[in-house]
Amino acid sequence: MLFGVTLFIFSITAFFSPVQRAALYVRDVKQLADLEQIIQHFGLDRPIVMQYGTWLGQVLTGNLGYSKIAGMPVWNAIWHFLPATMEIVIFAVPLIILIGVFLGSKAAANKDKPVDHATRLMAIAGWSLPSFWLGLLLIMVFYGYFGGFLPPGRLSLQMDIVVNSAAFIRYTHINTIDAILNLNGSVLLDALRHLILPVITISVINVAFIMRLMRSSMLESLGKGYILTARAKGLPERTVVNKHARRNALIPVLTVSGYLFAGLASGAVITETIFYYKGIGFWAWQSAVNLDISAILGFAMFTAVLFVLVNLVVDVLYTRVDPRVRLGGTVQ
Amino acid sequence: MSDWKLTARQLVRNPLSLLGIIIITLYIAIAVFAPLIAPTPEGHQDPYMIPRESYGATPQPPSQEHKLGTTEGQYDIFYGVIWGARSAFRVALVVIVITLVIGILLGSLAGYFGGTIDEVIMRITDIFLAFPWLILAMAIVSAIGPSLKSVMIALCAVWWPSYARLIRGDILQVREEDYVEAARGLGASSRRVIMRHVLPNAIYPALIMASLDIGAVVLSAAALSFLGLGASEGYADWGQMTQFARNWMIGPAGDPFKYWYAVLTPGIFILFFVLGWNLLGDAFRDVFDPRLARR
Repeated sequence: MLFGVTLFIFSITAFFSPVQRAALYVRDVKQLADLEQIIQHFGLDRPIVMQYGTWLGQVLTGNLGYSKIAGMPVWNAIWHFLPATMEIVIFAVPLIILIGVFLGSKAAANKDKPVDHATRLMAIAGWSLPSFWLGLLLIMVFYGYFGGFLPPGRLSLQMDIVVNSAAFIRYTHINTIDAILNLNGSVLLDALRHLILPVITISVINVAFIMRLMRSSMLESLGKGYILTARAKGLPERTVVNKHARRNALIPVLTVSGYLFAGLASGAVITETIFYYKGIGFWAWQSAVNLDISAILGFAMFTAVLFVLVNLVVDVLYTRVDPRVRLGGTVQ
Repeated sequence: MSDWKLTARQLVRNPLSLLGIIIITLYIAIAVFAPLIAPTPEGHQDPYMIPRESYGATPQPPSQEHKLGTTEGQYDIFYGVIWGARSAFRVALVVIVITLVIGILLGSLAGYFGGTIDEVIMRITDIFLAFPWLILAMAIVSAIGPSLKSVMIALCAVWWPSYARLIRGDILQVREEDYVEAARGLGASSRRVIMRHVLPNAIYPALIMASLDIGAVVLSAAALSFLGLGASEGYADWGQMTQFARNWMIGPAGDPFKYWYAVLTPGIFILFFVLGWNLLGDAFRDVFDPRLARR
């Protein structure tokens, strides 16, 4: 699987002629005369299979090429920009799952009642909303209209200086966590204020997605025999819904949290671009616009590998959560 | 055919899907009659390029001459959103038709023959699905060079695996039907069995899914254009027009919403376009999923 991913990424580079790829190494106009030599030096005219072999060897040792935009090797750039994105993710994921699960089970428990119709409309509107446009509107209203509050970026200028001073120890490079560890309230507040709008922007579509999934999963679970049994025993409806139905309905939600992760990687590009939030998505966007090919391909490969690994973890978790899987039974 | 009538009746009776149908019809009308609604000025070469009279940066508010104002670069917003409906349908139809053809081809090969062919094709779809769609699309667009054509190519690359899988799944079911067995027993060739007996009975869910994906395709294309990876500057494209508004989100002090027309208009056109398809799609899903309908 991972092998296939690398092969595919490499085949994208095959779109380019050797001359084009050699040009990526050129930093000075005078060097243009030496293009032939560069092609020779890096073996860009060798058979494609051999080039793939060399390239794969480099990738496996963590050499993904050099990102001109970031001014550092792609591998370092990924680790440099990742904490900012993780900062959005650690706030967005719990929010998305909590709201999505809550609204989804409410809708299912009240099927065809006003609550259900309202959440359905919310979900449809949510995933019809262009998230880039939503971001613009949020800035327009909250930054423009309410004046001076929540400016784009990760931190305000003064706080940026505080964070980069010697007294402030950067444990994780995730501003909010670092602020808590350094017991610095003003940095924490500032970082949170910068986070609110990006987190809202990135959450809207994904909440809609989890909500609909939870609703159908809940409906399925509410129709099962054990629900009938629980009701027949005279248990209060609340207990039946919250305990018997919801627990079982959560399993598919867990499965898609892997996809949610991938969804966030995509969403982060748009969100970070709008809010000038310098995370990995912002870097990917700049690389793509400025044709920093090794950066964008390296990043694509990184996300794909991450996604495969996350799915693997989800599969393992699945067996922990659902005894039917662990004991080799079949899930219906 | 009475099935289809029943479905149609269910869709029209549901207020949400009826609203969806109305919105979609409206957009189709806008796209078809674009030359009448927003006539191309005399002597203007390509009607898909938004005409402009000057090159000033600052958007201008709605006026007699520019019904919805102008956006950055003095592009006429009214002309842009009307012709943008045409480009939206153009992108969506191209992408949907190409991905469907690829999906049907590979999906039916995988589903009908099974074994190694199935394994190989499914692993390939796995690889494509391992990438977050936007990042794969960005990588492809920046590799071929940003243009509307590369956006379509990138979206095709992102979209085909899900159709291939859907069709494979449906074919796996149909393959086991008695009439397929009978056709094979009578000595029909694989090609004939697939084309005459399996595909016609397996293809409808995919066709419906695909046609309802038009909204999603347009939304994705708009996102790419917004990121500056789409059509060339000045092309009538909603995503690009939203991008033009990026520098004008906030008006001068005391008048924060000064440039609202540049920010709101293109986004509203995208929103309602996608909303129309999603409203219809949601209703379709209920009609076609009897497990949920019965309860």
